[in-house]
Order: sequence, then C-alpha cells, then structure tokens
Amino acid sequence: MKLRQIQELLEAELLWGEDLLDEEIESAFGSDLMSDVLAFVREKTVLLTGLTNAHVLRTADMLDVKCVVFVRGKRPSPEMLEMAKERDIALMATKHTLYVSCGKLYAKGIPGVNREE
Amino acid sequence: MSEEATLHEVFPVKARDFATAGEVSGRIKRILKRLGVDSSVVRHISVAAYEVELNLVIHSLGGEMELSVDPTSIYLNVTDVGPGIPDIELAMSEGYSTAPDDVRMMGFGAGMGLPNMKRNATDFHIESEVGVGTRINMRFALN
Repeated sequence: MKLRQIQELLEAELLWGEDLLDEEIESAFGSDLMSDVLAFVREKTVLLTGLTNAHVLRTADMLDVKCVVFVRGKRPSPEMLEMAKERDIALMATKHTLYVSCGKLYAKGIPGVNREE
Repeated sequence: MSEEATLHEVFPVKARDFATAGEVSGRIKRILKRLGVDSSVVRHISVAAYEVELNLVIHSLGGEMELSVDPTSIYLNVTDVGPGIPDIELAMSEGYSTAPDDVRMMGFGAGMGLPNMKRNATDFHIESEVGVGTRINMRFALN
C-alpha cells in the first residue's frame, strides 16, 4: 500500500513529505515505546506513535522508516519537522487514537511486524 | 583490530546528554552507507549502535564507540568508565531495566537494549566489572 492511501485511511494531515507519498508500505507498528520499536520494526514499515520527541525521528532514521504518523492529535515540534526533512521521513498527524488508527490499517490488510530471530 | 582495517574511527559518548544521544549512530550509519554496505546490514548495525549509544548515555559515566571496517566484517567495540553491570545475565534478559523514570518518559528503558544488540550482531560479547566499566564487542559479517 502506498503512503498516500495510508494518509486517506487515517484521515491524516500531511505535515511533510509530499514526494514520499508513492513509497510502498508493507507493514505497520504502533507504540510509544521506542525501545520496542527498535526491537521489532523492519524496513517498509510505517510507525504510528503518540510520542513526540526527537528520539522518535532518530529511531525511525536508524530503521529506514519512511513515515511516522502521530496519533491522538499530537503535533511534532518545528525542530522535529526539520529533522524529518533532513532524514527524508514523511510526517503525518491524525486525530484518531493509536488503537483506532492501527485497526483501520489492519482492516485494509496491512499486517503487523514479527521480530527477526 | 586487525592491521588491514580499511576504516577506523572512535566516537566519544557523554553520559546523560540526551540532546545529542543518537548522533554518533547517525554518523556511523552515514559512513556505512557511503562505503556502499548492504542496506540490511547497515540497518542491523544502526540499531545495535543506537541501542549501545543510548545505554552509554542512560547508564554509563561516559564512554566511547569504536567503528572498524575490514573487507569481511564491521566491528563496533564499545567501552565505558563505569559504573559496571553487577549481573550480566539479568541485564541480558528482555524486560529487565534499571533505567530511571525520566528515561522511560522519553520512550526508552524497556529492557530490550542488550538483547536487541545481541540479536542484530553476528557475534556479541559483553564483559563488565563493577566500579571499573563495561566492554561490548560486536561483529557484523558483511556477507
């Protein structure tokens, strides 16, 4: 599924990353715990989180995550927006909760991620 | 480190410096990408580097990360100057963490760091002495 479809499904506002909307996504992961994100996330994964600090983008960068969706109406700081631009990571914001956001993507066939052993 | 290493760099990491935590790992990632290392290998190293860098910032009194590259492997050798880990087996178990609340508020301290490093590295070795420091050696095979 392309990022632009994910944006539509989540009724999300695109905060940055118009050029990335045709990127293909194969899985999704929802968590406010970056430690777990680091242990689970694989490439071509969209990250949904309610956490808004610089470590979200540093974590996403390490994992080659192409898009971060902030849930529950959370907004990233201008500093985070700059970090996303430097790292080429699309940012979206949705009013839906983490649970509802994940449900909407799962219902359309986006699977979760399993940890590589 | 072997003498035929094609690259060798040492990065200091300061204790409790959360504003810059992750920058060394970002630099390591960019170096490896520039060298043309396979993106899946780069991701494994980046995750392990980020985990170990956060551990240095959260738990240590300061330390350094040493990156070495030779034709077959990439090595990340990490040392700190204390306080040391009393029970390594316990520290290696998933979910065990001694991270303080402020660290948890930032999204870390879930007790996944050391096991996640081990999972991402080809070879992982840790040794620690209380009051002296901790040393972690990781090797990542290039093929």
